[in-house]
Formats: sequence, C-alpha cells, structure tokens
Amino acid sequence: MASETPAGDLRLANLTKRFGVFTAVDDLSLTIPQGSFFALLGASGCGKTTTLRMIAGLEEPTSGQVLLGDRDIAGLRPYKRPVNTVFQSYALFPHLDIHENVAFGLRRRGIRQVTDQVERMLALVQLDGYGRRKPAQLSGGQQQRVALARALINHPQVLLLDEPLGALDLKLRRQMQIELKRIQTEVGITFVHVTHDQEEAMTMADTVAVMNAGRIEQLGAPADLYEYPATAFVANFLGQSNLLAGEASGRAGDEVPVTAHGSRFAVPAARARVDHGPVFLGVRPEKLHLAADPGAVPGAHQHLGGVVTDASYVGVSTQYLVRTAWGSELSVFVANSGVGGRFALGTPVTAHWDPRHAFLLPREPGEDDQTAPLLDEPPVGVGS
Amino acid sequence: MKLRRWLADRWVMGVALLVLLYLSLPIIVVAGLSFNRPSSRLSYDFHEFTLDNWTHPFPTLEMRDAVIRSIEIGLIATVISTVLGTLMAFALVRHGFRGRAGINGLIFLPMATPELVMGTSLLALFVAAQIPLGFWTIVIAHVMFCVSFVVVTVKARLAGMDRRLEEAAMDLYANEWQTFRRITLPLVLPGIVAAALLAFSLSFDDFIITNFNSGTTVTFPMYVWGAAGKGIPPQVNVIGTAMFVIALAVVGASSLQGRRARRAALAAPVAAVGAPKSAS
Amino acid sequence: MTALAHVSTPAGEPAAPPTPRRGRHRLLPYLLLLPGAAWLLVFFALPLLQLAAASLYDPSGSLATGYAMTWAFGNYPAALEQYWPQLARSFGYSAIALVLALLMGYPLAYGIAQKAGRWKNLLLVAVVAPMFTSFLVRTLAWKTILSDNGWVVGLLRDVHLLGPDGRLLATPFAVILGLTYNFLPFLVLPLYASLERLDPRLLEAASDLYASPLRAFQKVTLPLSMPGVIAGTLLFFIPATGDYINAELLGTPNEYMIGNVIDSAFLVRLDYPQGAALSFLLMAAILAIVFGYLRKAGTEEVL
Repeated sequence: MASETPAGDLRLANLTKRFGVFTAVDDLSLTIPQGSFFALLGASGCGKTTTLRMIAGLEEPTSGQVLLGDRDIAGLRPYKRPVNTVFQSYALFPHLDIHENVAFGLRRRGIRQVTDQVERMLALVQLDGYGRRKPAQLSGGQQQRVALARALINHPQVLLLDEPLGALDLKLRRQMQIELKRIQTEVGITFVHVTHDQEEAMTMADTVAVMNAGRIEQLGAPADLYEYPATAFVANFLGQSNLLAGEASGRAGDEVPVTAHGSRFAVPAARARVDHGPVFLGVRPEKLHLAADPGAVPGAHQHLGGVVTDASYVGVSTQYLVRTAWGSELSVFVANSGVGGRFALGTPVTAHWDPRHAFLLPREPGEDDQTAPLLDEPPVGVGS
Repeated sequence: MKLRRWLADRWVMGVALLVLLYLSLPIIVVAGLSFNRPSSRLSYDFHEFTLDNWTHPFPTLEMRDAVIRSIEIGLIATVISTVLGTLMAFALVRHGFRGRAGINGLIFLPMATPELVMGTSLLALFVAAQIPLGFWTIVIAHVMFCVSFVVVTVKARLAGMDRRLEEAAMDLYANEWQTFRRITLPLVLPGIVAAALLAFSLSFDDFIITNFNSGTTVTFPMYVWGAAGKGIPPQVNVIGTAMFVIALAVVGASSLQGRRARRAALAAPVAAVGAPKSAS
Repeated sequence: MTALAHVSTPAGEPAAPPTPRRGRHRLLPYLLLLPGAAWLLVFFALPLLQLAAASLYDPSGSLATGYAMTWAFGNYPAALEQYWPQLARSFGYSAIALVLALLMGYPLAYGIAQKAGRWKNLLLVAVVAPMFTSFLVRTLAWKTILSDNGWVVGLLRDVHLLGPDGRLLATPFAVILGLTYNFLPFLVLPLYASLERLDPRLLEAASDLYASPLRAFQKVTLPLSMPGVIAGTLLFFIPATGDYINAELLGTPNEYMIGNVIDSAFLVRLDYPQGAALSFLLMAAILAIVFGYLRKAGTEEVL
C-alpha cells in the first residue's frame, strides 16, 4: 500500500503534545525530505520519542498536523499509516518465529504469498536461514536486524527508529550504524532516527535536529551543527565547548570584537550568531593549542594564559585542563601525533586558537563561562 | 572447627528438609493407605496390601456420583470464573476508570475473608431470597471465591507483558481485534490457563463454603466429611492420590516446557556461531 | 532559549503512556468489569449485609415460621456469653499454630530461597504439593499418623514422652498440629518470595562490616523479609482461625473452635440469628487483629 501512494516529504506542522501540565512537544514544525536519513537528537525527556510516537500514530497530538506529502495522517490509527517503526528493545513477538515476525505486516494486509519476500528481506539484513528460530534464540544484534526487516518488508514511506541501537554494546553499535546506513541507501526510504547518542546521530544522519524541552534547538548537517552551533545547548550537547562569557559591541568590518575577562578578542562576522550585547565566545577543545613559550604562538592566533591543572592521557589524545587567571578551567585536546612534548602539571602555558575556529553565541545576561569538561549528559548547571 | 563450619553452613537446609518431611508425611500416608485393606470399617491403620482399591475406586454409587458432581461443578465454576476474572484483569491492567480502589477492594476482600463467613453469609442470602440450595448454589458460591484468584493470576501475567508488543502489531497493520487475537491472547494464555487450573482445584477441594450452600447435594469433600463419622472407605485415598498425581503431572509438564524453552534460548548463541552466514 | 534555561524541566517523558482512547473505548472498562463486579457484589458483598441483618433477627423465630427483624442486638452478648471459650480457643489455637509455623516456615523458606541452588524449584513444588490433594483427605491422614496404634504414639510411649495410656489424637496438640500443617504453605510462599529477592551480597557486606551471622540475620535478613512475614502471617492466620475441620477430625468437642459452633448453629440447630452473630463476631475480631497487627508491623518496619 505504501509504494503506490504518491511520494512526499514528511512534514510536522505546529505539532504539540501535552501530558497534563507537562508539555512534551512544543509547537514543533519541520520538514523531512523524502529519502533522507534524519536524526532527532536529544537527552531523555526532551520530547523526541513522543514526536516519533505521534508520527507512528501511537500518540495522539494535542494539536498540530502530521503531513505525508499533502495528506494529514494525524488522525489515522497506527495500522492505517504507511509508516513503520523499529521499536526500542525491538518488541519482537516472542511467541512467533522470525519468519512469522517478519511476515506479520504482510499477512495483516491480506498478502498470502510471503515466503519469497520474507527470505529476500532476511537476506538483506544477513539473517538468511534464521526463519524458524524464536526471537529469544537470537543475540541482541540479530534481534535488532529482525526488527528492521519486520518494518522494512512493508515498504513504508517513512521508517521510524526509536533508539534502535541502545541495547547493543559499543562494538556492535558501530557495526550496526554502518549497516543501517548501507540499508537506508539501498532501499531509499525516509529514515527518522531517534537517539540520545550524538555520535550515532552524526555518523548516520544527513540531517540532525537537536531537541531540547520539546523544541528544536538547531537543525542541519552534522558538520554544520558541530562546527558552528546555534546555541550554548547545542555547543555543549554535541561534543564539548569552551564558552567564555563576554560582551560584543557590534560589527567592525568583517569581524565582531569581543571583550571577555578583560581581554579583547575578535571573531569573523560569518561565525557570529549575535554581534551585540552578552555573548559566549566558543572554541572547541581540539581547536585550542598549547604553547609553553608565548613567542611560539602564530601571529594570526588569539591567545590566553593559564596553568595546567590536569592532564588525562586517553590514547589518541591528551586532555588538559588549563586554569585561566580568573579561575575557569579550559579543556584542551592535544592529539598524540608524536609532535611536541607533554605538559606537566603546574606548567604555565599559553592556549591559542585560530579565530576562524571560534564562534559567537547568544548568552543570557549573568551567565558565566561554560568550560568544565562535560560527559554525555547535557550541562545541568555545570557552567554556572 | 571444620565440623562447626560445615554445620553452620548446612543446618538451615537440614531444618528445611525436616519441615518438608512434615509437610509430605500425610501424602505418603494417603498414598500408602490407597493400597490398604483395612481390618475394619473404622480402622485407619495399615493392615494388608491390596490393589483392589485402585481397580475398584468407587465402592458405592454415592461416592462415584459425588466425584462426578465435583468435577461438573468444578468445570462450570472454572469456565465462568475464568471468563469473569479475565475480563476484570484486562480492565484493571489496560484501562483507566473511576472507582479503581473500590473494584480492587471488592476483588481483594473475598481472599481475606474467612471461608466460614463467606459460606454462612451466602447461606443467609439464599435462605432470605428463598433460593433452594443445591447444585447451582454451589456453582454460584464457587465462582464467587474463584473470581478473585483468577483476576490476580491473569493480572500478573498481563502486567508483565510489554505494551510495545501490541503497539508493534498496530504499527504492522493489525487492527485492534487482530492485535488482540494474534498478540495479546497468545501471550496471556498461559496466565489464563494457570488461573483456570487454580480455579478448578479450589472448587474441587472446597468444603467449608460448599457445606453451607449444598442443601442435599453431595460433592466429593462433602462425601468424605459425611463418611468421616461412619468410616471412610480406603478408596477415598485412591481419589486423593490420583488428584495429587494429576496435579503433579500438570506442574511437571509445564515446568518441563518452560525449561525446554529456556534451554533452547541458551543454546541459540552457540548455534548461531556455526550458522551458515555469520551474523555480525 | 539557552541550555540552562531548559535543563531544569522535569526529566523523563512518560515511558509508555496509554494509547489514545477514542470515545467508544471509554465505556469498555466498565463493560469488562460489569459481570465480575456484579457477581462479587451480589454473592459476596450483599450476603455480608444479609448476614448482618440475620444476626439481628428475633432469636425466637425459626426457619419454618420465619424470622422477624427486631434489631435484637442482644444476640451478640448472648452468643458471646455462651460460646466465648470456643471463640477464645479459635484465636488461641491459631496463634500457637502461627508461632510454630513461623519457626518451621522461616528456615524452610530461607533454605529454599538462599541455599537450595538448582533444587530450588523442586523444593518449592514440594512445599505446595500437599495442596495438590484434598484438604479433608490429608487431614484424615493425620488421624492415621497420630492414631493410638500408630508408630508415632508407640515411639513416644517407648521414650516415656507419653504415658502408657497417653494419646495424641483427640487432644489440643493434634488440632494445633493439623492447623500448622494445613496452612503452612500459605505462610511459606510469600516468605519465600521476599527472601528470594534478598541479595546474598548484602549478607556478605554485613559480615565484611563485622556482623556475626546472628547479627547479620537480625539486622539485614529479618528486616528485609518483613513484608513476606506480614503477608504470610495474614494468609496463615485468617483461614486458620476460621477453620473447624481440624478440630472436628483431629479433636473432640473439648477442642471445638468457633467454626464448629457456627456450623452447628446453621446446619444442625438451625439457629440462624446466633450463627450469624457468631460469624460476624469472628469476622470483626479477625479484622481488628489484622488491622492492629498491620499497624504495629508497619511502625516497626519504619523503626
């Protein structure tokens, strides 16, 4: 049924979902082009799964539309939608064997001859010969493939993936990321992938939307999001950032001058989200370089003085904390390329960066630097 | 020192086994007495080995009828209470409604009320309403006390079921009825079967409530009670032993099936390694 | 707008909120509940009211002539005065049986839950196995075991624990033994369930922190198994107190419990007001004890 309907993009228009007083999804509008691999990225509780469930029809929107092409499907029951889901922890039917699990959707639509299709689909996910097993007899990675096959066999217009790799261990997750990408390219179906894992979103998706508190903070290609984040939330959620609180005073030519902690810096105007008032001056830790001798800093670079307070050797790089004169600790990643020495604790250093790698973000008045190393979780009051 | 340690480790298990012996003693005696030819009608001591009791399990028509009647009542009460209880369990687990606390209380109270009180109160009602006591009043009473146990059993199974399985079915083009028929029912069925078996055994064995509401109808426990005064035929022990063996077989079969499924699940990763195309 | 403004929102969108309910679904739960709830209302709740009413009938009426409702509250003191020994015996016997059952049931449940290893399931089946056969038949088996010519009595006489004419059957001992035996599985199962969840590493941690096995039991095992003890105690005590089969089959009229009296009031003497009054007294007394116990057990758990 899916393949005959006219092609179309998936559009969410002013989609809102409230549970009592809690607004899970807040007036969300976005367009997902047909055939793209789209990731909804956010921490748990940000509304991404609720959004997915509304597209699938498992949740009724409080208001707004879900449009597939020109058709509003928001009022349709889940089994009337040309949309299929790969559920978190798979939801394979434990009493049916793999063959019947995969054939389930075809049979419900009254298709009798399913064997060939099922076998082709199992081959696509590299599980040929597993048809007569029960789900409990498969490993996590295999179950994940069955869940994928069970959804894909219906040729949905949109495939929804709800944290599909969450239950797998790290190595398997990497393999499945590559495989999912391969399969998506092969079948050309729109994939909407919900995840809290930024690395997963960035490696797989063409477009990533970062969600926070029911809204989309930023939407774009993974590299754009990383290199030039739109908000402090995105800058911290996707990788780490050193955000220095400063004041900008308008454009001056191609640059925006910034005063931060008594020093003057400049950021190219093309990399400034704001050019006025309170700002964050942001530099990624790997874009910061360390020099023992201030004279060794390249002329075009901007710099700050500090003292090394921590050094963690993590193999590919060494991660330093450098305490500035005003007490903030900058994160600096130095690649272990074999060039240059290591810095001992207590060494006075100069941290420097190419201004083309810096960016300016809006800042709420009164917010201080956000520089402490962040783990996977969003910055729950870390910077303040 | 070594001995003390050994004792400290094992004494709990030793006590446990002694208590188990205490619990099993009557069954051993019942099984033994089922092969006994008593010396007199009122003697319950082991006298002489015989197979007669097993070849002729019904010494009187009265006893045979009582057993058949208990089975009939058990089956009818089981069907009714299983249907009513299962419907209630679905409502409780799957739906929101007003008055949940009241319904929960109504289900819990019969399990916490002494049988004696349930039996006498039901008798008071039947007498006041001038309903003649007999087969059907027994059925009514049995359904009443079985329903709660069915609800609890099915509810546990239903609550342990992953809601996403039903969502997945709906996502895969199964409408509400197909989802129930293909996914929900097969997955809850073991719980319903367990509830039905429990209901049957409760009904078949009930004496106190039946005693007040049977009128002149005689079930197997009523027969045993009546015979206790005038001498119990050894065949009663045959029925008792047979009940035990059947129940044990049912439990054994279900646990064997569970174990087979578990073993298959454990063997799977090993088998997967040798599968034609490596999985990952 | 920025991160910090949002991170304080309550985390955790509901994991699996109920699927949307359309209008036609709104009635469904009531339809599902209706038959079962109606059955319980008509044949469980309503009879209790009728029993209450019957306990206040004019005691001079009879089944043949019919009873008049005279709000005869005097039925209660009258019944109590006449049958308080049996009522007291019901609670006394089941209390002693409960203590015995706890002494036996705790090690049994603990052994199965923590020490039985791969025999766990088999032993668990052995605990419930007695319930596989008829209650009456297995109670009668005790009659054989405890009979005057049986080996138990013989042994006890030989070691002079019992006089040459001493007997076990038809004594309070036999009745209490029967009560303990018949309701022990009801006590063991919930106890097992709570002991099974007990993480053995907690005991290792306790002994690592200088607790002797006894202290570890007292401070870790016992408090953590309290929910099981409470549930098991109630499941044992309620039916044991209302039981009269053991008193009838293993005892004599001297051992009769309140159930025997109620049975004869309804089925032999046909004195419904008295039987109803006694039934109600029994239920009220059990409820009072249960709630008192729950309150006490609850506060102890907090301490």
